[in-house]
Amino acid sequence: MDEVKNILSNFIDREYKFGFYTEIEEETSPIGLNEEIIKWISAKKDEPEWILEWRLKAFRYWLSMKEPHWANVKYQPIDYQSIYYYSSPKRKERNGDSDGIDLELLRTYEKLGIPLQEREILAGVAVDAVFDSASVATTFKAKLKELGIIFCPISEAIRNYPDLVKQYLGSVVPANDNFFAALNSAVFSDGTFCYVPKGIKCPVELSTYFRINAAKLGQFERTLIIADEGAYVSYLEGCTAPMRDENQLHAAVVELVALDNAQIKYSTVQNWYPGDKEGRGGIYNFVTKRGKCLGKNSKISWTQIETGSAITWKYPSVLLIGDNSIGEFYSVAVVNNHQQADTGTKMIHLGNNTRSTIISKGISAGYGQNSYRGLVSIKKSAENARNFSRCDSLLIGNKCGAHTFPYIEVKNSTAKVEHEATTSKIGEDQIFYCQQRGLSIEDAVNMIVNGFCKEVIKNLPMEFAVEAQKLLGVSLEGSVG
Amino acid sequence: MSLLEIKNLHAGINGNDILKGINLEVNLGEVHAIMGPNGSGKSTLAGVIAGRNEYEIKLGQILYKNKDLSKMTPEERAREGIFLAFQYPVEIPGVTNLYFLKSAFNAIRKYRGLEEVDTLEFLSVVRNGAELVGLDESFLNRPVNEGFSGGEKKRNEVLQMAILQPTLSILDETDSGLDIDALKTIAEGVNKMHSDSNAIVIVTHYQRLLNYIMPDYVHVLIDGKIVKSGDKNLALVLEDKGYDWLKVQDAK
Repeated sequence: MDEVKNILSNFIDREYKFGFYTEIEEETSPIGLNEEIIKWISAKKDEPEWILEWRLKAFRYWLSMKEPHWANVKYQPIDYQSIYYYSSPKRKERNGDSDGIDLELLRTYEKLGIPLQEREILAGVAVDAVFDSASVATTFKAKLKELGIIFCPISEAIRNYPDLVKQYLGSVVPANDNFFAALNSAVFSDGTFCYVPKGIKCPVELSTYFRINAAKLGQFERTLIIADEGAYVSYLEGCTAPMRDENQLHAAVVELVALDNAQIKYSTVQNWYPGDKEGRGGIYNFVTKRGKCLGKNSKISWTQIETGSAITWKYPSVLLIGDNSIGEFYSVAVVNNHQQADTGTKMIHLGNNTRSTIISKGISAGYGQNSYRGLVSIKKSAENARNFSRCDSLLIGNKCGAHTFPYIEVKNSTAKVEHEATTSKIGEDQIFYCQQRGLSIEDAVNMIVNGFCKEVIKNLPMEFAVEAQKLLGVSLEGSVG
Repeated sequence: MSLLEIKNLHAGINGNDILKGINLEVNLGEVHAIMGPNGSGKSTLAGVIAGRNEYEIKLGQILYKNKDLSKMTPEERAREGIFLAFQYPVEIPGVTNLYFLKSAFNAIRKYRGLEEVDTLEFLSVVRNGAELVGLDESFLNRPVNEGFSGGEKKRNEVLQMAILQPTLSILDETDSGLDIDALKTIAEGVNKMHSDSNAIVIVTHYQRLLNYIMPDYVHVLIDGKIVKSGDKNLALVLEDKGYDWLKVQDAK
């Protein structure tokens, strides 16, 4: 009995496979944050005046705001003056798809399983690769352009498509939305911009691969996706970072806008460095993600597999403004060792016949603490709104925790809101049952965990679903034998 | 060489002695029934053979194919051909029966140096088995034991047995919770699987399953010891007289 207990409670020696560091010459901003640094970043990116003004305004908001501490997570105070806010690999001027990428960078991405050279690019997937503060390669760009789809680094969009950016940047997550969003708005570096024109179904998966490499660097990417009337796009992001003893800050903002009859499917496989088994190091992942179903019959769907980061603070949300619009949130959050996650969603119903679905699966192991925090708000204007929420927690061992904070606000009596929640433990009985049929303990735990997460994983694009299943397996490695 | 040889086995849980000197020999081709009142140690014996790790072996030995079982993990025992049909089959939400069975089937094949089969090949294997125990194919896509009725769970255990083709099967109270029709179907299935190249140990309170699966030997387990062994007629005597007369004898 002790054997299985030990195996399950000690999620030790979990191997982080992406913890290497790339030796590359980078250009880095002076340490700390003030208006001069923001001007430095803006100049480095060759930005027009209006965006610098936008950044400075956000910075002034930020100075007046306080870091939020309502989440169920504990960490040492962050010293915002000991962080580098910008660092990018030195390289030749980029023109075209993969020209001029440093060989070291190509090797880095190859090691991460993301080939960037044109002849090897992933079939059916267009990739934007963001290394520290800069986008280093975007594949498939020309082909997408033929369909009128814009898929490029946001810094490029600011220069080339200022009208679109001006119209939508900050329209979903305003610069003064919250402390971390304000910080991001002031110092954001690269991220992806995507615009899918009227009636176009984007034929490939769009994806961004975020990599933090430099030490003491904060990554502040900004992503903006717009699906025009009747358009469809599926987007996926992946994230990794080297293993380091210090904590690193990642504060991203993602904004989605869906117009009439448009659909956006946004998937995340988050595997930032989670820290070591004593809880040293790891990424602080403080992220604001929000989508606006602006048009009627529009749909925004968030799917996230969160296995990394020392601390995760994120609530991908949907504002359901258009009549008959649909918001979905499917989440798997795994915490192990000393990881902490406070994650969930907000579904704000404003339009008539709006519907939302929330499926959250939390897995806690080691000393990990996992909280689901969600808000379902039915405003007075929303007739016949529907919500279904389900939060399931799976505990592995006796030292971890699972917490659920569901908030429901209903201002319209025609609403129907359902909430279900369960908590279970991986039982020794389940494991023995699998073993008795010939499966190893490791395979048994894998199977049980994947079964638990199935409803979420099936919402990922096919090729990523397989990756996600493997990642869950890796997260459990070392815990079981 | 006997398939299973248990010598003076003392075992327990959390410091409590449950089995107090079991001796048992099972050969290929044989069917053994182990009967006894509640709490006599029947399920403990089944669990110890399968390797459930809350049990502790204090004394004695279990040899299987002349190998010391205590040195093998539960999965190694399973791969070597030991199968336990659970008294309370366990639910695994979100994992389909088909996937579970295929994983088990392939884990065992791999251990034996055989090639793993794909889903298509496995489907034909599993369909034959499902027919044998009277289970509808649709249940293959349902999560393992989740929402199954008591009878379906027990049939599922026997289906797994049919597919994994063990050398030594231990049926732990497989008859409990079954109506008479289900009992007959399961018994027929087990009989079809039984041959000279395997052996079956049936653990049960009641004699009724033994009307359909004929044991070669019947053992009565009381307070952790086999107090009497005999042929199938012993089961009938037990049905008639209960266990008390043996308890008295044991006390002497």
